[in-house]
Amino acid sequence: MADHVSVASHHVGASAASAAAIQPVAGAAAARTTAHLVLIHPARTKRRRFTITRVPRLARRAIGPIVAIALWQLVCSQGLFTSFEVASPVAVFDAGRELAAQGVLASNLLISLQRVAIGVLLGVGTGVFLAVLCGLFWVGEDLIDPVIQAFRAVPILGLVPLVIIWFGVGETPKVFLIALGSLFPVYLNTYAGIRNVDNKLVEAGRTFGLNRLGLVFQVILPGALPGFLVGLRFALVGSWIIDVVAEEINAQSGLGYLINQAQSTNRIDIMFCCLTIYAILGLAADAIVRLLERRLLVWRAAFAGG
Amino acid sequence: MVNHVPGDQAAGGLAVLATGVTRSFQPGRGVLRGLDLSIAPGQFVALLGRSGAGKSTLLRILGGLDPEYGGDVLVPERRAVVFQEPRLIPWQRVQPNVVLGLRPGPGGRRGLKQHGLDALAEVGLAGHARAWPATLSGGEAQRVALARALVREPQLMLLDEPFGALDALTRTKMHTLLQALCARHRPAVLLVTHDVQEAVLLADRAVVLTEGRITLDVPVGLPRPRDPARPAFQDLRARLLAELGVDELRPAAVAETRAI
Repeated sequence: MADHVSVASHHVGASAASAAAIQPVAGAAAARTTAHLVLIHPARTKRRRFTITRVPRLARRAIGPIVAIALWQLVCSQGLFTSFEVASPVAVFDAGRELAAQGVLASNLLISLQRVAIGVLLGVGTGVFLAVLCGLFWVGEDLIDPVIQAFRAVPILGLVPLVIIWFGVGETPKVFLIALGSLFPVYLNTYAGIRNVDNKLVEAGRTFGLNRLGLVFQVILPGALPGFLVGLRFALVGSWIIDVVAEEINAQSGLGYLINQAQSTNRIDIMFCCLTIYAILGLAADAIVRLLERRLLVWRAAFAGG
Repeated sequence: MVNHVPGDQAAGGLAVLATGVTRSFQPGRGVLRGLDLSIAPGQFVALLGRSGAGKSTLLRILGGLDPEYGGDVLVPERRAVVFQEPRLIPWQRVQPNVVLGLRPGPGGRRGLKQHGLDALAEVGLAGHARAWPATLSGGEAQRVALARALVREPQLMLLDEPFGALDALTRTKMHTLLQALCARHRPAVLLVTHDVQEAVLLADRAVVLTEGRITLDVPVGLPRPRDPARPAFQDLRARLLAELGVDELRPAAVAETRAI
C-alpha cells in the first residue's frame, strides 16, 4: 500500500506547482507529496479466504433467528423472568411435544390452516377480480373503487360482533373475516399495478397489432404482477392476525383457541408455543411468496443479476 | 381514423398521401397547420425540424396512434413504428417480442417463431432470441425493435428518432444496418430526426418542418455510400441547417437555436 502512495506522490510532485486546486497537507512527510491522496482500495479477492457470501443463503438467513433464540434461552435461564412471565425455548419445545402427544396440536393447527387457506383464496380471488374490473374499465373504476375505498376504512376486527350476528359462530364468520382482510391489500396493489403499467408499452403493443385481449394478457396483467405479489404478501401476513383474533373471540378450535385455553389455565408455555408456531407459519408464507416472485418475475431477476 | 390504402395501389402509387393535415393540442395553437406530404413507395424521407416543430406529432398521426387530427391521411395497411425507446415488453423474451401481435400464418406457431428468428438474424442478434430485454444493451434493444418492425414486411416504416439515445459509435453501426435493411426490404421510410448529418447520410429526400408546415423539401442526390467530407454533402447539410435556423459561420446564432 505504501508503495502505491509513494509512486503516486512522485507522479503528482512533478506537477505540484500547478496543483493549486488539490488540498495541501501539512507535515514533513507530506511536504513532498504536496497533495492529499487517497488510495482507492482494489478488491483483492484472492486474499479473502472466507467470505460470508460463500455460506448458503438459507444458512445465512438462519443465523439471526438462531442467535435470537439463544439469547431468549439465556435470558430465561439467568432467571431474569419467572416461568410464569416468559417461557424459555426449551419449555416451549416441551409444551409443543405435550400438545402433540395429546393430539391437540395437529388438529388445531390444521383447522387454522384450513380457515386461512380458504379465506385467503376467496379474498385474493375477489381482490384480483375487482382490481381487473376497476383497472381496465372506467365504469368499474368510477362505480366500484370508491365503494371499496370506503369499506377499506372500516377496521375489519370491528366487524366481529356484526359477523357473529350474521353468520353465527361456525366457520363462515372466520373465513369471511380472513377473506375480507386479504381482499383489500390484493385489490389495492393489483389495481395500482395495472394503472402503473407503462402507457408506452400499451401503445407499442397496440401498434404492433395486439387486440384488447392480447393487451390485457400480454402487457397489462403481467405488468401488474409485481404489485399483485406485494399485495399477496400483505394478505398472507394479515390473514394470520385476523385468524388468531377471530379464534380467540369465538371458537372451539384453532391455534387462537389454544392460546385462549392456555390463558385460562395459566399455561404460559403453551401460549408461547402457539405464538412460535404463528411465527413459523409467517415465515413459511413469506417463503412461498418469495418462491413465487422468483418464478414469476424471472425477467426482473435477470435484470438484477440474480 | 387513418385511411388504409390497400396493397400497393396507393393513391397514385404513393406510400403516404397527407393533405391539409392539422393538429392542435390547445385551441388556437396548431402544431400542424395544413401540412401536405407525399412519399413514394420505397422512398426514404428524413423529416427534420426544431424541437416542438411537430415532427413526432406527424409521425404519430401517420402511424395511426393519434386519431385526433384534421385533414386527409392515406397510408398503407402494413406499417411499423420504431420509437426512440425500444419499448420491448420486459416480461417477454426477445423472440416473442419480435413477433408480438402477429398471428400464426400457414406455418403455424413454428413458422411464426422461425420468422422472428430470421428477423433477429438479419439484425445480427440470432443468439439473443431467448434473452430477456433487460439484459440487452441500448443498441441491441434498438436492433430488436428494428427486427420487430421489419418482420411485418411494412410498406411504410416510421422511425421516431430511433438512434437519438445511442452513443455515437453504436449510432454509426445502426446507420449502416438500417441502410442495408432498407436496400433489401424497400419499405417507404419516414425518419424523424434532429440530426442533419444523419438525414443527409441516409435519406433519398430531406424535408424540413417549420411551424406546422413543410418549408423545405429537397432530394438528396448524392451517390451511396455517402462521404460526409465531400463538398456536396457539406453544402446540403449547411442548407438544411440554415433552414432550421442554424448558421454555423455565425457562432452567436447557436445561443438562439439551442433548442434544436
